[in-house]
Amino acid sequence: VSRDLHFLWVYLETSPLLWLTVTLVAYQVATWIFERLGRKPIVNPVLVATIIISIALLETGTDYHTYFNGAQFVHFLLGPAVVALAVPLYTHMSTLRRTWPAVLIALSAGSVTAAISAVATAWAMGAPLSVVLSLAPKSVTSPIAMGISERIGGTPALTAVLVILTGVVGAITGGWVLDMVRVRSAQARGLALGTASHGIGTTAAMQMSEVAGAYSGLAMGLNGAVTAIIIPMVIPVLVKWLG
Amino acid sequence: MLAGITLLLVCQLIGEVLIRGLEIPVPGPVVGMLLLFVFLLIRGKTPEPLYVASNGILRNLALLFVPASVGVVTQLNTLANDWLPITVAVTFSTMATIAVTGLVMRLLTGDKP
Repeated sequence: VSRDLHFLWVYLETSPLLWLTVTLVAYQVATWIFERLGRKPIVNPVLVATIIISIALLETGTDYHTYFNGAQFVHFLLGPAVVALAVPLYTHMSTLRRTWPAVLIALSAGSVTAAISAVATAWAMGAPLSVVLSLAPKSVTSPIAMGISERIGGTPALTAVLVILTGVVGAITGGWVLDMVRVRSAQARGLALGTASHGIGTTAAMQMSEVAGAYSGLAMGLNGAVTAIIIPMVIPVLVKWLG
Repeated sequence: MLAGITLLLVCQLIGEVLIRGLEIPVPGPVVGMLLLFVFLLIRGKTPEPLYVASNGILRNLALLFVPASVGVVTQLNTLANDWLPITVAVTFSTMATIAVTGLVMRLLTGDKP
């Protein structure tokens, strides 16, 4: 029997089927937990699915390369997903016609704050350069963040993890921070969440109100583009200046 | 649906070719997004197949983050060594970004709830 199991495992290990299926199942289990616990940001589905899969990989002694051989089919869709952000962007653009100059200015201020404050804090606390650079694009959606990280000399895999962490922190603290600085309008609250913590922040904004959710989704898409343009210009200069 | 997916891939492909050809320091899908946005502005409305395809992908956006996020297993050493600056930088920077973005927006548009 153990010989049969061994052959079965050899098959499963070399086929993309196993880890692709595990990814989808883990995500749906994580979504179920998220719904059951009242959509609390701390049990974010991406975070929980990542923990489930990571434990499975460590327990079975499977390396990330083997896992990714299966999971790449899901990962590939991130590129088209970023392109697809143009659709909600366009849909909201017509309703947001009057506020777009304010949106662009507030969002650019947020984008610069996100990159500089993360880089400066990590640098001041003595983190190595690769970690500092990986932190710079942490506020934008994963595929864009990983692309930026690669271009400025960070570690894309580390950036992917930091992006999720940023999303969860934003979703947990966002409402409280906005109350503290007395920002009450749904537009400003949604914009702040989407700019600072991308799709995970947007999930939290959608729970505040429909308007907040729309502005957050808009901010996520726009900030991806703005940050992708700003960071490769600002960060190398900042790093040189910090020494 | 199929026409929508094809349009998304065509935009991404053009984006990837453009950034390599012109050496633009921006990820290819971002250029693809801007191209599709310009296409929609010119077109004046979202074609139905494109709406179906983009809605289908974006509704499950969170799932697409999972494979990259599992990359954490390759970063356990880094996280163990530098967890303190990483945690402080992410927490402080995220809260600062939320406050700055919200305050600038309030300054420019007023504060109607």
